[in-house]
Amino acid sequence: MAFREYRIGCVMFGVALSLSMFITIILPGIDISSMSSTKIALEKQLTYGWETGFNYYDPFLQGKDKPIKVTLTKDPKTGAAIDKMNAYVFPPGTHFPDGLTHDNILGGNVQVLSMSLGEINSASEEQGGVFTVDESEDGTPYIEYATITRGWTVDATLKAADHQSLAGSGKTMFVREGCWWCHTLLPEQTQDWQTFGRPPMVGDFNGESPTTFGSDRKAPDLLHVGSRNSSREWLTMHFFNPRLVQPHSIMPRYDYLWGKTDADGKTIDLAAWDVHYLAYAKGDEVYPPIVPTPAPDSEARMLIDFILNLK
Amino acid sequence: MLKHLFAKEEDIPQGSAGIFFAISSICWFIIGTGLGSFNAAKLGFPDFFHGSYALQFGHMRQVHVHAVIFGWIAMAFAASMMYITPALGNTKLWSEKLGIWNCLLYNVGLCLALALLWSGITSGREYSDHIWPIDLYIAFVMVVPWSLNVWMTILNRRTQGIYTTNWFFAASMFMLIIVFLIGNMPEFLHLTGLNEAYMTWWFAHNVLGLLITPVAAAITYYIVPKVTGNPLYSHRVGHLHFWSIVVFYSTPAAHHLMSSPLPEWLKSFASVEGVLILVPAVAYVCNILLTMQGRWTMFVENIEIKFTITGVLLAIPLNMQGGFQQTRAINWYIHGTGWIVAHAHLALLGFSTFAEAAAVYYGLQVLLRRKLWSASLANFHFWMLLIGFSLYWISMTIAGLIQGAAKIYEVPYVDVVIAEHPYMIVRWLGGTMVFFGNIIWLFNMVMTARAGDPVPVGRQPAEVAYTR
Repeated sequence: MAFREYRIGCVMFGVALSLSMFITIILPGIDISSMSSTKIALEKQLTYGWETGFNYYDPFLQGKDKPIKVTLTKDPKTGAAIDKMNAYVFPPGTHFPDGLTHDNILGGNVQVLSMSLGEINSASEEQGGVFTVDESEDGTPYIEYATITRGWTVDATLKAADHQSLAGSGKTMFVREGCWWCHTLLPEQTQDWQTFGRPPMVGDFNGESPTTFGSDRKAPDLLHVGSRNSSREWLTMHFFNPRLVQPHSIMPRYDYLWGKTDADGKTIDLAAWDVHYLAYAKGDEVYPPIVPTPAPDSEARMLIDFILNLK
Repeated sequence: MLKHLFAKEEDIPQGSAGIFFAISSICWFIIGTGLGSFNAAKLGFPDFFHGSYALQFGHMRQVHVHAVIFGWIAMAFAASMMYITPALGNTKLWSEKLGIWNCLLYNVGLCLALALLWSGITSGREYSDHIWPIDLYIAFVMVVPWSLNVWMTILNRRTQGIYTTNWFFAASMFMLIIVFLIGNMPEFLHLTGLNEAYMTWWFAHNVLGLLITPVAAAITYYIVPKVTGNPLYSHRVGHLHFWSIVVFYSTPAAHHLMSSPLPEWLKSFASVEGVLILVPAVAYVCNILLTMQGRWTMFVENIEIKFTITGVLLAIPLNMQGGFQQTRAINWYIHGTGWIVAHAHLALLGFSTFAEAAAVYYGLQVLLRRKLWSASLANFHFWMLLIGFSLYWISMTIAGLIQGAAKIYEVPYVDVVIAEHPYMIVRWLGGTMVFFGNIIWLFNMVMTARAGDPVPVGRQPAEVAYTR
C-alpha cells in the first residue's frame, strides 16, 4: 500500500460499495418493511408456520413443526352450527410464524387489531393454540387467537374439523422436492393475469420464508392452481405419474412420496405398477394400473394439500 | 498434494496450491457438466432413469448449478489467483501451505454441501440454496483463507504498482465475502417476506456480478498481454472498467424481480443501472480486443488466446443481452423463459468458462513447467466446448422465444412443452458434448503432468508449442 493512490482508491472503493448497499438494501428494506400485511399474508403465515426451508426444528425437511389448517362448520366448543370457516391449529410446541412473535411483521393497524381484538399476545408456543383470520368493520384483516377469544382448544378443534389440510407440511415438500425449479408462484404481467389469476400484492408475503417465487418457468404458474383445478383425484394421478393425465408432460414422477404403504395399508410395489403402466403405454392393456390412494400421513398427501390450498 | 499438508512452508514447491486447485476445478467441471447433461436428458425424456429419489430432476438441478459455480468456476478462479497474483507481484504466494489446506477443505466442504442439496436439505432460495451452517463454512473455511492468500501476496509484492488483474482479484474477493454474508442474512436472521425474496436475488445478482464477471475479466487482462507480448491497450480504460463494475454492477439486483410487487422506484432504478452495465462491458471488450493488435494470428495458433478471445467475443452478446433484457418491455416477454437459461449459460459456460479454461491451460503448463501433452486434444476440447455451448445457447434461446410468445398469447402450457421438445433434445446434445470434451481435457492435463515435454527455463509455453 505504499502509494497514496491506493489509499485513496481503497477509501473510494469503500464509499462506492457502501453507497451501493445503502441504496439497494437499506432503502428498499425500509420501504418493504413498512408494508402492512394483507389477509393473504396472514393466512399464509398461519398455514406455513415459522420456516419452510432448512431449520433447526425440521432439519431434514420432513414437514415437521407445521400447523394444521382445518375447515369448520360447527363451533368446536359449543357444537353449534357456524358459517364455514378456516382455523389454523398449532399443536403445543409448534413454532409460530414471525407475525405472531415480532412486532413489526404484521404492520400498522393489522398489528394493533391483532393485539387488541385478536389477543395474540397471550399465545405461547409451548401451549400452542388455534388461530383464525378475521376482518374488522373497515376491512382491516387481523389474526385472532381463538383459544382465548372463542375458547377453542387444539384437541376440540381438530375433532370438530370437517377437513384437515397439511398444506404447511406440503410446502416443505414443495421446497424439498424442488417443484419451484419449474413452477413459479408469481404470475407475470401478461395474459398470465387472465389464465393464472391475480398477481400477488405487496403485502402478501409478510412473514413468509422462503417465498419460492421460482425463476425458471418450465411449467405453468401455480399461484392460484387450486382455483383452476381442485380435483384431489386428478392431482393424485398427476403426482404418481403425470403422463397418466397429461401424455406430453415432462414432470417427474413423484410416486416415491407415497411411502411404503397406501391408505388401506397395502404395500405399494412400484416395479409391478411400472410393468402394467408400460404395457398400457404400449397399448397392450386397455386401462392404466390403479393409482394407490396416499396414506393420511404420507408426503404425497401433504404435497397435494399444499397444491389444493393455492387458491 | 496431500504429502505437503504437514510439510514446512519452505519445503513445499511453489505452485503446488495452484496445481491442486486447477486439477480439482477440471474434475468438478466434469462432474458439473455431467450432472447438467443428465438433467437435460430428463427435460427431454422425463422417464429417463425414473424411480429413484436421488436422481429426481428437482433434487439434481441445484447440484448441477452449485457444482459448476462453486466447483468449476470458483476453483478455476482460485487456481488462477494462486499463480497470477504472485507472478504479477514478482513474488511468491504468501502461503502455499494455506493454499493446499484451503483446496482440501474446499473440496471436502463442497462434497458435503452438494450431498446435502442433493438429498433436498435446502434453504429454498435460488443460488443461496445452501443451508446456513454450510454458508458459514463456505464463507470462513473456503473463501476467507483463499482471500487472505490473495491479499497478503499483493501486500507482500515486490513491484511498485499493482496491475489491473490484481485490483480485480483483491476487490472481488472482498466483495464476495461481503455479498455472501449479507446476501445470506435472511437465513442467519430469519428475514421474511419480500425482504427475503429481494435479498435472495440481491445475492444472486451480486455474487455473479461482483465475483464471476470481474474475475473472469481479470484473468483475460493477464493472459492476453502475457501470451501475446503486447502491453495492455489502456490502463485508464481498465480503471473505467473497474470503477464502473463496482458502481453499476452492484446496484441492479431488483431487475431479477421485475414482475414481483417490489417498490416501483426500486425496479426503475435497477433497470437504469442494469443498462449502465454496458459501460464496464464496452470498456472491457474494447480494451482486450485492442490489446490483440498485430497478434491476431495467435487467435488461430495459440490455444490460450483462442480460449480467451472466444470468451471475450462471447462477452459481447452476453452484455448486450444483459443490458437490455432487464428493461421492462423486454423483460415482460422473456422473463422466466429458456432465454434466461440460455443467457445464464452464455455468462457462465460461454464468457467466463472460456476465460478460465485458458487460465487453467496456461497455469498448469507454467506451474508444471511442461508444455501440453497434445495440442490436438486441446483443440478438440475447444471445439467440443464451443460447438456444444453454441448448440445449447441457440436451442435454449429459441425455446425461450417460443415460451415468451406462448406466455403473451395465452397458449395452454402443454403446447409449449410439445413445441420445445426438439430444442430440449438439442440442448441435451450440446451439454453432453461439453461433458465429453471435458473428460478429454482432464486426460490431456493428466498426461501433460506425467509426460509433457519440459518447457525450457525462461521460455513461455506458447513459444515452444509447435517445437518438437
